[in-house]
Amino acid sequence: MPEFIHLKIKRQNNPNEAPYWEEFKVPYKPNMNVVSVLMEIRKNPVNAQGKKTAPVTWDCSCLEEVCGACTMIINGNVRQACSALIDKLPQPITLQPLSKFPVVRDLKVDRNVLFEHLKKVKAWVNIDGTFDLGPGPRVPEKERRWMYEISRCMTCGCCYEACPNFNAKSSFIGPAPLAQVLRFNHHPTGAMDKEERLNLIMGDGGITDCGNAQNCIEACPKRIPLTTAIAKLNRETIVHSIRRWFAS
Amino acid sequence: MARKVIVVGGGLAGLMAAIKTAEAGVDVDIFSLVPFKRSHSLCAQGGINAALNTKGENDSIQQHFEDTIVGGDFLANQPPVKGLVEAAPGLIYAFDRMGVMFNRTPEGLIDLRLFGGVKNRRTAFAGATTGQQLLYALDEQVRKWIAAGKIREFIGWEFLSAVIDDEGICRGITAQDLNSMEIHSFRADAVVLATGGEGMIYGKSTNSVICTGSAAGAVYRQGVPYANGEFVQFHPTAMPGDDKLRLMSEASRGEGGRIWTYKDGKPWYFLEEWYPAYGNLVPRDIASRAIYKVCVEMGLGIDGKNQVYLDLTHKDPEFLEVRLGGILEIYRNFYGEDPAKVPMKIFPAPHYFMGGIYTDWNHMTPIPGLYAAGECDYMYHGANRLGANSLLSAAYSGYICGPNMVKYIKGLKKSADDVSGRVFDQEKKRQVDIFEAIYRMDGTENPYTIHEELGETMITHVGVVRYNDNLKMADEKIQGLMERYKRININDTGRWANDVVPFVNQLWNMLELARAITLGALNRNESRGSHYKPEYPERDDDNWLKTTKAYWTDSGPRFEYEEVDTSLLPPRARKYD
Repeated sequence: MPEFIHLKIKRQNNPNEAPYWEEFKVPYKPNMNVVSVLMEIRKNPVNAQGKKTAPVTWDCSCLEEVCGACTMIINGNVRQACSALIDKLPQPITLQPLSKFPVVRDLKVDRNVLFEHLKKVKAWVNIDGTFDLGPGPRVPEKERRWMYEISRCMTCGCCYEACPNFNAKSSFIGPAPLAQVLRFNHHPTGAMDKEERLNLIMGDGGITDCGNAQNCIEACPKRIPLTTAIAKLNRETIVHSIRRWFAS
Repeated sequence: MARKVIVVGGGLAGLMAAIKTAEAGVDVDIFSLVPFKRSHSLCAQGGINAALNTKGENDSIQQHFEDTIVGGDFLANQPPVKGLVEAAPGLIYAFDRMGVMFNRTPEGLIDLRLFGGVKNRRTAFAGATTGQQLLYALDEQVRKWIAAGKIREFIGWEFLSAVIDDEGICRGITAQDLNSMEIHSFRADAVVLATGGEGMIYGKSTNSVICTGSAAGAVYRQGVPYANGEFVQFHPTAMPGDDKLRLMSEASRGEGGRIWTYKDGKPWYFLEEWYPAYGNLVPRDIASRAIYKVCVEMGLGIDGKNQVYLDLTHKDPEFLEVRLGGILEIYRNFYGEDPAKVPMKIFPAPHYFMGGIYTDWNHMTPIPGLYAAGECDYMYHGANRLGANSLLSAAYSGYICGPNMVKYIKGLKKSADDVSGRVFDQEKKRQVDIFEAIYRMDGTENPYTIHEELGETMITHVGVVRYNDNLKMADEKIQGLMERYKRININDTGRWANDVVPFVNQLWNMLELARAITLGALNRNESRGSHYKPEYPERDDDNWLKTTKAYWTDSGPRFEYEEVDTSLLPPRARKYD
């Protein structure tokens, strides 16, 4: 059993300064994960050289891989830090911030763009109000199951990090919102705004910017069938554009 | 300038309050530590209760009411609970219309399952991630309002204090941007705190790490009473862990899961034996005490440790995946074993705070214009909360709080905009001074170590079973931590995205609330719901059928007590055997 957990962390003081690497050795305990190791560091913020340093900044909240906050690059793979179990990771363990989003400090990044894209595609059911109008439409259980799979997306950004067509300069809307469009377009009430959502993803940065690299499905921690969803949505946009052409 | 509401907290209660306010035509600013989708509501798993009565079991709103009141051991004021259960079906339907992916019956209707402390199926659910699905639905609706310009979001901001004017009326807040570390004041005609539970006071719990209770502690220090703090729910089934005690939903028992350990070499289903009427589905306080007794007092935990089995292995794996997939995934990811094949190892963990910020039945605190909704309030669950009632009370309290604030604003003689800037500058300066003092802390104590010791103290002495000697000792320990707090070294003097400095501020609020919780427990010499003292094993309605109200003073909490409104259901013995 190792005595220490050896970490190499890519750090950055703020968005304007250059990044640097710092190493840490944290006393080993069984059943630790990357978040609990980072928590140990802040109780004794000393680096591997024995020098006092600032505790590492990172985002986390639920610690059960439901909130998506602690997403980072661990040994080269994008994933959540809370469910990255130390006993299963080769050492030294490297931690890096997501590369496709602006670094705030250390491992904390600004992922606001993910939520902006959800806004762009109108990822909601347009209800008139929250007052009591009785039950919603009936939904077949079989339909519900695949829509539920997509609605478990925690907007963590793994699929964006893995996607070769998304970067700070591209306008690609990304895999996750496309899957949401499919889900809302198939909800009985959501379908009433189907054409509008399809129009929104048929322009610049829309579904045609997907290069079909299929990295997203591999990276998704919730195994959301992103590629199947995008393929299905692609067919629907084609049908929609033909209809639109006939109507014009 | 348009009149405005500030919502603090982007969980279920906060978002619902924001939507209801926006629907009434009033602009809203929401302040949240994290993007709304990362709020702690998403950790609620099993479901949300409403007497939809779609299972041919003659379920009724009255039955839901009685179960909730009895489950709470008669400590909740009854008229607000009546409002809660009456609104429940309509709320579920509103969520349904928003597109929440509730599990369905073969007819496409919302399916219901069984939960603890009840005999009828009353719990609507979306797999085992119901809180997530409800939160996401409100997040989507709020996004629509943001796109329409009616709601603004301040993500990555922490509430520091209420701004209270010379007349004692709340006129806004101070808050800190957790990246730039700047502190600002914001004007509003009404403010609602929807800041969730206080799990971090116990160190490790089922709560997210953002659930510090700091906002509740801050307004407690500004004069708002903290009510029923001693009532802390321990969830019977959580996965033991070093960094977090991960919840394994009560739904696992609702769907047929059984609790057992070995006795005389054979499986012993002690809940089924002790409580034949409800079996594994006794309310949480009772199940937690039973597991505690089996492990700690009888020494019968699995492998000699504080843990027993939660067993689903007799159920069909596909059934489990469709109805409990989310929690099976958590167990597999963090424990490496498949609950469909091997029984889960579980032990009780701090989970939910029945107590909280004191408000009237409209959710307004004694400071006019300052409201509280959701887990941070104290209203609906008495001495013990029934499973799947928390998503309901979170959504419902926001649902009524929004319109209540709008009504209050309409009756205001003067708007926050007419209040002197001096009031806002003074409060902002007070906060800036507090933080500048924190930046200068260069002693020898580590704040995270103090926090860890606070958690150990609370979980050991203010837990499932409480003794007065231990409670006294815990309070002395907390006061000792408050002394050590003054010698903290912050280790990071950076002025950008500094995590330590806000934590040090939160920590003081946690310590203050910890004293209110501990001394509230010490005072209450009876056993009721989650509060259990072997020295006083019975409920004592003659002396203790009353709400605890802790007031902050600089020499520790001062307590007052208030009669409970039991006008709808006379108190009776609480029996589940």
